[in-house]
Amino acid sequence: MAKVLVKGNEALAEAAIRSGCKLFFGYPITPQTEVSAYMAKKLPKIGGCFLQAESEVSAINMVYGAGGSGKRVMTSSSSPGISLKQEGISYIAGADVPCVIVNIVRGGPGLGGIQPAQSDYFQAVKGGGHGDYHLIVLAPSSIQEMVDLTSLAFNLADEYRMPVMIMGDGMLGQMMEPVEFPEEDEGAVYAEKGWAANGTKMERKHNIINSLYIEAKELEDTILERQKKYDVIVKNEPRCEEMNTEDADIILVAYGTTARIAKTAMMKAREKGIKVGLIRPITLWPFPTENFKKHADGKKKFLCVEMSMGQMVEDVKLAIDCKNSVDFFGRTGGIVPTPNEILNKIDEISGGAF
Amino acid sequence: MEKVFTKPHALCDVNLHYCPGCTHGIVHRLVAEVIDELGIEGKTIGVAPVGCSVFAYNYFECDMLQAAHGRAPAVATGVKRANPDSVVFTYQGDGDLAAIGTAETVHAAARGENISIIFINNAIYGMTGGQMAPTTLVGQVTQTSPYGRNAETQGYPIRVSEMLATLEGPAYIERVTVDSVPNIKKAKAAIKKSFQMQLEGKGFSLVEVVSTCPTNWGLSPVEAMEWLRENMLPHYPLGVYKDITKEEN
Repeated sequence: MAKVLVKGNEALAEAAIRSGCKLFFGYPITPQTEVSAYMAKKLPKIGGCFLQAESEVSAINMVYGAGGSGKRVMTSSSSPGISLKQEGISYIAGADVPCVIVNIVRGGPGLGGIQPAQSDYFQAVKGGGHGDYHLIVLAPSSIQEMVDLTSLAFNLADEYRMPVMIMGDGMLGQMMEPVEFPEEDEGAVYAEKGWAANGTKMERKHNIINSLYIEAKELEDTILERQKKYDVIVKNEPRCEEMNTEDADIILVAYGTTARIAKTAMMKAREKGIKVGLIRPITLWPFPTENFKKHADGKKKFLCVEMSMGQMVEDVKLAIDCKNSVDFFGRTGGIVPTPNEILNKIDEISGGAF
Repeated sequence: MEKVFTKPHALCDVNLHYCPGCTHGIVHRLVAEVIDELGIEGKTIGVAPVGCSVFAYNYFECDMLQAAHGRAPAVATGVKRANPDSVVFTYQGDGDLAAIGTAETVHAAARGENISIIFINNAIYGMTGGQMAPTTLVGQVTQTSPYGRNAETQGYPIRVSEMLATLEGPAYIERVTVDSVPNIKKAKAAIKKSFQMQLEGKGFSLVEVVSTCPTNWGLSPVEAMEWLRENMLPHYPLGVYKDITKEEN
């Protein structure tokens, strides 16, 4: 299929539809509203359902209902809206319901701003809602990758019966790039969902979608059982892009939009003779620990570049068991770092090599 | 010997956890009888709330989802939109539906969402031990209105049926009670009508059941029924508040 020029948010919406998602529940919030707008235009024409909920709280609970009754479903929002969804996300995780949640991150805390940010990292990978649970968190860094990871997100959600988050930022949501969409397989048969609450048809015992276990032992058992699933995911699902790390003296660590800027900084540094590499986590949870471990030699220096105050730094330090130095450069509140700012930081930690 | 009375098929053969004299048991049975009579158990999907009826998912033989506090109408919306041919009902108490879930309730009604809501109004939070509810009467003593609900500081009880009936979205809203055999029959007819209207695609319906909570009211079951008649019914008059099938005639 030929490449088409598409805005990130719309590409993501189209990719979801082509992944068999015909149900979307959302609430307007900048900078992700184009996802809703696209779904509102497209879904009714193909027998799907777009519904603008009365709140983010309701939208995520509609997702719980649709996902819990066996259908591929998605919601999308941006930071303050994702905070509102956390109650529902915790219930969805606790009831093992598959769904896809998109966060096109903007500056926070509070109402914050509407410019790109990555300051929801902690919320996405370390909890967000209450209880022992994880989301798989995918971080695209191009519009094409947004398309590809959307398809992956639905597959992972179904395979592991859990919520998957696609974490972009305002930059990815708003910019346009040429992308190639996969052809939709109209006859695609997705995972058999024998557990779904979609009517017994008087052929089986009733299915119950639930996260309540009043007996502590029973609750602990379900959490331990879910942890086994998380262990498999930690082992099998980390995804990462690694560039020029073998000979690098400094390894940049960045994801999403920031990774593209870091890549430019890396190339500029190389032109100047500084050996810089890049590790770009594609899954933020599970964190691609193995890609870091092999560089934990006590020599290479790491530099985390983020649009936050350094929320990913601790994961890098843990991945290398604090054996190497880990520096940080970031802009936040909606400011996108420039390659030169990163170069200056590289210069600083390399001891003024240029 | 001829069997003349039996448990409805749609009601699970388990012990209910409700307190003696609580009207949840009656209403559960009515819902199950209606599901049986309409032959819809196989395509019915229920949504349980948070509150005393949180375990309702263990009591109905149809598929069930347990929702977060107040979110049942949103969950039911998701279920129904994903499975338009199913029959979807929520079963919610007054705290769930009229306090924390007000937005979900009002907007499901405003959308005319094709679901049935069974609303248990017993003017108190039962599960947490008897706190003031949005439907607690002025002067009523609860754990969090120990001197009686004071309208000046704690406001007034919400009449949900009347409020929702002002919207264009709902198809059918009726308030019933289960304090006597004739009223139980009327309550069942209302629940049945609600499910039937959903089957006919007519849209949102809500049956408010004025109920008792003997334990947290501090009354015997019989006294609770008397208290309901003397205090609840004057404030929450029984009757049909909206019925588009009547308007059509």
